[in-house]
Amino acid sequence: MNLLAQLEPAPVVVPGIEWSYLWPLIVLSIGAVLLITITSLVPATRRQGFPAAFTAATAIIAFAFLPWMSNRLDDIGGRVLVVDGAMAVDGFTIFVTGVICIAVLLVALLLDDYLRREGLDGPEWYVLMLLSASGGVLLASAEDLILTFVGLEILSIAVYVLAALHLRRSESQEAGFKYFVLGALSSAIFLYGIAMVYGATGSTSLTGINEAIMSVNDAGLSPLRESSMILLGMALLLVGFGFKVSAVPFHVWTPDVYQGAPTPVVAFMASAVKVAGFAGMVRVFVVGFGDLGDDWRPLLAAMAIFTLLVGAFLAVVQTNIKRTLAYSSITHAGFLLVGVHAAGSDSVSTSLLGSKAVLFYMISYTVMIVGTFGVITVVGGRGDGNHTLDAYRGLSRRQPLLAALMAVLLLAQAGIPFTSGFFAKFRVIAAAAEGGQYGLAAAAMVAAVIAAYLYLRVIVAMYLADDVPVTGAASADHADDDHAGGDVAVPAAGAATGSEIRVPPSVLVALVLAVAATLVLGIVPGVIDGALSDGATALSLLRP
Amino acid sequence: MFLNQFLFLAAILFCIGVYGVLTRKNGVLVLMSIELILNAVNINLVAFGSFNQDIAGQVFALFIIAVAAAEVGVGLAIVLLIYRNRRSIDVSEADLLQG
Repeated sequence: MNLLAQLEPAPVVVPGIEWSYLWPLIVLSIGAVLLITITSLVPATRRQGFPAAFTAATAIIAFAFLPWMSNRLDDIGGRVLVVDGAMAVDGFTIFVTGVICIAVLLVALLLDDYLRREGLDGPEWYVLMLLSASGGVLLASAEDLILTFVGLEILSIAVYVLAALHLRRSESQEAGFKYFVLGALSSAIFLYGIAMVYGATGSTSLTGINEAIMSVNDAGLSPLRESSMILLGMALLLVGFGFKVSAVPFHVWTPDVYQGAPTPVVAFMASAVKVAGFAGMVRVFVVGFGDLGDDWRPLLAAMAIFTLLVGAFLAVVQTNIKRTLAYSSITHAGFLLVGVHAAGSDSVSTSLLGSKAVLFYMISYTVMIVGTFGVITVVGGRGDGNHTLDAYRGLSRRQPLLAALMAVLLLAQAGIPFTSGFFAKFRVIAAAAEGGQYGLAAAAMVAAVIAAYLYLRVIVAMYLADDVPVTGAASADHADDDHAGGDVAVPAAGAATGSEIRVPPSVLVALVLAVAATLVLGIVPGVIDGALSDGATALSLLRP
Repeated sequence: MFLNQFLFLAAILFCIGVYGVLTRKNGVLVLMSIELILNAVNINLVAFGSFNQDIAGQVFALFIIAVAAAEVGVGLAIVLLIYRNRRSIDVSEADLLQG
């Protein structure tokens, strides 16, 4: 109360907002509001095609602002603080925003046919996705822990709903609830960490925190460098981000949620949500705690090694393709963690290489994971239940094009040359080696080899395995799900009898775009070098 | 006024909350335990803000209250959906998804 009374006489200062740098964020969030308003007022627009087209257009418009913003930033030193210093717009923000927009565009194309096939109504899927994407952009650009938290929650809450939004599948609701409880718990732990950091440094802004850590007292010491409160806060923040990006040991929700949630939503979760989580992590740790790298980097290294190896080993023993890819996405998170570890290095060149590796991994991973889950959406069939490995046996003879696209995407995930996955993994490992972290580099290579087995297993099933009688696949599918009750068995049976897989045009467009991007980034990875170095230097600008 | 008292209170609330999330079987009680953790954070932030003579802690607490309301709204909606489909909100019965 005293504090409020003291502040009262001060004149009200209106902070500078700089709206023009917020266009992508404004477009995404206003797009969501407009979409729900239009579809509520004009029921005819609730038809499936319109919301998807609107969402795709919103993502494209938001994306179209990025080159313009990038040009403007070049004129003023590559970086601007907006909203009274709470948000940073720089190359890093622009790159991550672009990746999130691409994910929204591709997932909107997948979602359209999914909703038709499942007989689900409503533009709210797209609205929630756009809102979540705007949260992701906020998280990537937050320069203040308050905004980091708000962005993280906007990003997550919308996705909790999306995961549970298949109203007739009990698995979907179970996935939503598990995701919600663990997500909310991780957010709460994250907040506790913020409170500790705030208590120790007296500031919530990342630059303020960094200044407080580096400040030197009369005796020539920096007491905060040894402060246990900051260490506790950093550890709790790492737990919070670890949950969001599903790093071991905070990964246990991932397979369950990926298995149960609607497949296009999983595509969004695995791409945009994970990318935004990593962007937030890079900002908070590399910028805010960059000076305490000696304290958090060993923790991150241990997390990275466990994430790489646990993900790879457990992926091999799965029989459900969505669970397999959930563990494989955990392995990918491990690679990204190796990149973040390098990005936090004291040496400028290692840090630059690490940031570039992280950004390159983000874009290539997003494109290939959305594509892969796009194929899974199609093969899953009506009821979204046909996800055993057996469903892919002989796919090359039933759907040659689909199998070929899936094969390219899986090879990219395995890191085969001439695909983006190769350069993504190569850059991460090179950055780790440059920083002298040979153990991390070795763990990454071992994980890549193990993970290659599971991608090749799917490809072998598609091309070399005999067709199984479809009824056989159905009963195998049932054995897994039978105890779930009647409501699950019926759609699963429906899925298996519809052996002819239908590839709708919108999904085909998304898949072809994803594969094209994967191949282009794999053959001429230099095409995005400009954006990469803008993003990486933006982070190093802030380093002391 | 000692900062420690508030930090102890918050730490105890935090522990009770985490214990509740881990052991409670009723979905609604799990949500309440999460609220407990968030309130522990609020106490911390307000105490730190007051201790540092800085308004940011209180502002942050207000943000958390607003976001927590949104979050628990979504959580209750999901619990309600589960109750409609299964006539139970016992989280230990949620075992459809296993590897």
